[in-house]
Amino acid sequence: MADLTLRVNGSDKKVSVSPETPLLWVLRDTLELTGTKFGCGAGLCGACTVHVDGNPIRSCSTPVSQVAGKSITTIEGLGANGLHVLLQAWIVEEVPQCGYCQTGQIMSAAALLAKTPNPTDDQITQAMNGNLCRCGTYERIRKAIHRAAGNGGAR
Amino acid sequence: MSPLSRREFVAAGVAAGAGLVIGFYLPHGSASHEEAFSPNAYLRITPDNKVTIVVARSEMGQGVRTALPMILAEELEADWNQIEIEQAGASTLYGDQGTGGSASVHSTWDPMRKAGAAAREMLISAAALTWGVPRSSCTAESSHIKHAASNRSVSYGELAGKAATLPIPTDVTLKQSKDYKIVGQRLARLDTPSKVKGEAIFGIDFRMPGMKFALLSRCPTIGGKVSGFDDKESKKISGVSYVGKVGDTAVAVVADSVWGAMEGRRVLNVTWDDGPNKDLNTAAVMASLKQAVSKKGVSLYLAGDAAKAAGRKISAEYTLPFMAHAPMEPGNCTANYQGTKCELWAPTQVPQDCRDSVATAIGLDPDQVKVNVTLMGGGFGRRLEHDYAVEAALVSKAINAPVKVIWTREDDMRFSTYRPASLHQFSATLDGSGFPVALTHRIIAPSISGQKGQPTPGGVDPDLPDEAGPVYGLPNYTIESVIAETPVPLGWMRSVYALQAAFALESFIDELAVAAGKDPLQYRLKLLAKDQDLQFFTTTWKTARMRGVLQLAAEKAAWDRPLPAGNYRGVACFGCFASYMAEVVEITMEKDQPRVQRVVAVVDCGQVVNPSILEQQIQGGIVYGLANALRAKITIEKGRVVQGNFDDYAPLRMDETPVVEVYAIPSTEAPTGIGEPSVPPIAPALCNAIYAATKKRIRALPILSS
Repeated sequence: MADLTLRVNGSDKKVSVSPETPLLWVLRDTLELTGTKFGCGAGLCGACTVHVDGNPIRSCSTPVSQVAGKSITTIEGLGANGLHVLLQAWIVEEVPQCGYCQTGQIMSAAALLAKTPNPTDDQITQAMNGNLCRCGTYERIRKAIHRAAGNGGAR
Repeated sequence: MSPLSRREFVAAGVAAGAGLVIGFYLPHGSASHEEAFSPNAYLRITPDNKVTIVVARSEMGQGVRTALPMILAEELEADWNQIEIEQAGASTLYGDQGTGGSASVHSTWDPMRKAGAAAREMLISAAALTWGVPRSSCTAESSHIKHAASNRSVSYGELAGKAATLPIPTDVTLKQSKDYKIVGQRLARLDTPSKVKGEAIFGIDFRMPGMKFALLSRCPTIGGKVSGFDDKESKKISGVSYVGKVGDTAVAVVADSVWGAMEGRRVLNVTWDDGPNKDLNTAAVMASLKQAVSKKGVSLYLAGDAAKAAGRKISAEYTLPFMAHAPMEPGNCTANYQGTKCELWAPTQVPQDCRDSVATAIGLDPDQVKVNVTLMGGGFGRRLEHDYAVEAALVSKAINAPVKVIWTREDDMRFSTYRPASLHQFSATLDGSGFPVALTHRIIAPSISGQKGQPTPGGVDPDLPDEAGPVYGLPNYTIESVIAETPVPLGWMRSVYALQAAFALESFIDELAVAAGKDPLQYRLKLLAKDQDLQFFTTTWKTARMRGVLQLAAEKAAWDRPLPAGNYRGVACFGCFASYMAEVVEITMEKDQPRVQRVVAVVDCGQVVNPSILEQQIQGGIVYGLANALRAKITIEKGRVVQGNFDDYAPLRMDETPVVEVYAIPSTEAPTGIGEPSVPPIAPALCNAIYAATKKRIRALPILSS
């Protein structure tokens, strides 16, 4: 076991977990932030995507010890200052069906827009291709990203 | 019997007698609603003018938590912005709550409309009595009753107390579709905001005090069991509190965190008794289908006598593999066993089956088991099984504490119930113009229900009547089912047998068009030219409606105009779950592999309840169907499922997803299914496009066979 301090959504959290525990399970079980989802446990589906220092990472395959002291943002933190422009776009375009993968999709999209405020279709595909959706919402995801970009998505 | 269940029982009896579900008031949740107006189990109006609509089907992404309330709210003349939704758990008030067969809107269309209309009429009566005016001078609008002559208006909430004292009408007049204000509108889904914010609670997210987590180590060989286990290493893992057998086939590892349970399972040492299937492999399964060919089939459809037709003969065989549902949320269920009762929080399509099988497994009566239905991260039929619920209840009983059983992706892939592999034999006789005067389709597949020990009346798998009907009204036409046996666990996967039947039939029709030297679209339209009713079990398929979707698809895809060089297209049409579907696929070929550029999809599903949800379902079904067509294949080696995760069982990603244009035929017919009908035509439409591009006919799925 290790005592670690995690900076999650802008506040410091002390956790006592074994250091190889994937960040996903610390977020979900220890910190009860269940918006980040478990899909494959192998970095193949993107449902567990969160930001570490602004970069999208797969929390299911990231040992918690690697991110101690770094800035972690989850879906719960994305909308901390009012409804994030991406969430608004997701709502207007009615993207979710089952909704399970959508928080991971949104985290990947947020990381894309932070670096590429007006992405092309190809840039969207490249950034989003690691995120699976079995309901097949990809076209609406694409539309929502374009909509958010048009609304100043990189804020 | 507890007082509550007795009340439910009485209510169910009333419902059966009345012909629509108007039961006694059921106190949903624990709050007292003495002032509430609740004329039936679907509806509660409280004095604060809150209208609560109960959804008795499970939400797995298909939009029932929005579509079903829209139907009731329409007849109720409710203010849609004031609606609240409540999810029903397993109950006896709503008939069969199983969510499947694309039937949620179809089967609740009448009960939900009647429930809303009855309440509306009672509220009108309550206002008329209060004001001392004739009922006919009062109108219902936006959760208020209005009296235009005196310019008075009263809210439903204010009328709740009075309405609750009035008799429930047994015969109500339903609205005409031209007067609809809610049904048919592109209303926003009610569950969207919570899902994008990460606030929605799926089964896997549900938490309760003292809850443990469990993973199970299941025998990897089909039909095998636990021979023994050594938990020494598991118990060294921090947080692991229990290791024990669950039934004959699995060992559970319980810990205070998911990761602890995963680690505990990783180091658990189980020895297996592999059982009778240790040498089973895919080749043997496919060979057993071949052997079943000689078995006498059961007739599903018979017109004329195909054997007597004379002309040019053409025959072909098609095969399909096992496939896995692979919903994004892996299997899970939370159970809290407390001696004389057990409560479940289950992401399930079948709450009543969960209740009953859990009761049997842990030795309780069904009314001692309470099933709460959570949101589901996809279902696609996988959650028609109740294995997660039974496992959770057994582990909770063993440790006498609340527990959540979680499956990993590998568990989901390897211990699923699979879409049956199948073999299809076709023969046709063509007339001098190249059109079939006779067609025979033999479907050789194991029976899902049969394998589960459920009834197969007349030797017919009970799913086939919804999924394997005729498309064309040919004078001599035979559809026959041969039930093969397999030890591979079978389940109902989105569109069930329709995927197999449509792939085979619509590929073969394309082969006939090619043999006749005719355009495949015009060929189909000619076969559908005459208006005919084709009776298939309880469904009457109308060639006119199939022709309608095909014509609109051709028009929207501009079939009569040439494509740019290097682009090719294919078409297919099929009907299942009483809906009609046509799809045109446009592709390019890159390194001998198809790239789908565009799909035009046209559905005739009767009255559309919500066009946005319909578009979601059609687009989603096509993306799902494309993954099935291109790559989905579960194989067996040494009695074990080979595939384990999204690398070797790869769904479609964004880069492979085409633009899908969705059109619905305007209709006021009663609504039929939309969750599944878009899945079956996409594989044959794609294979027909590949033929157009390469002159190679694909007779076995998946297309990208490795």
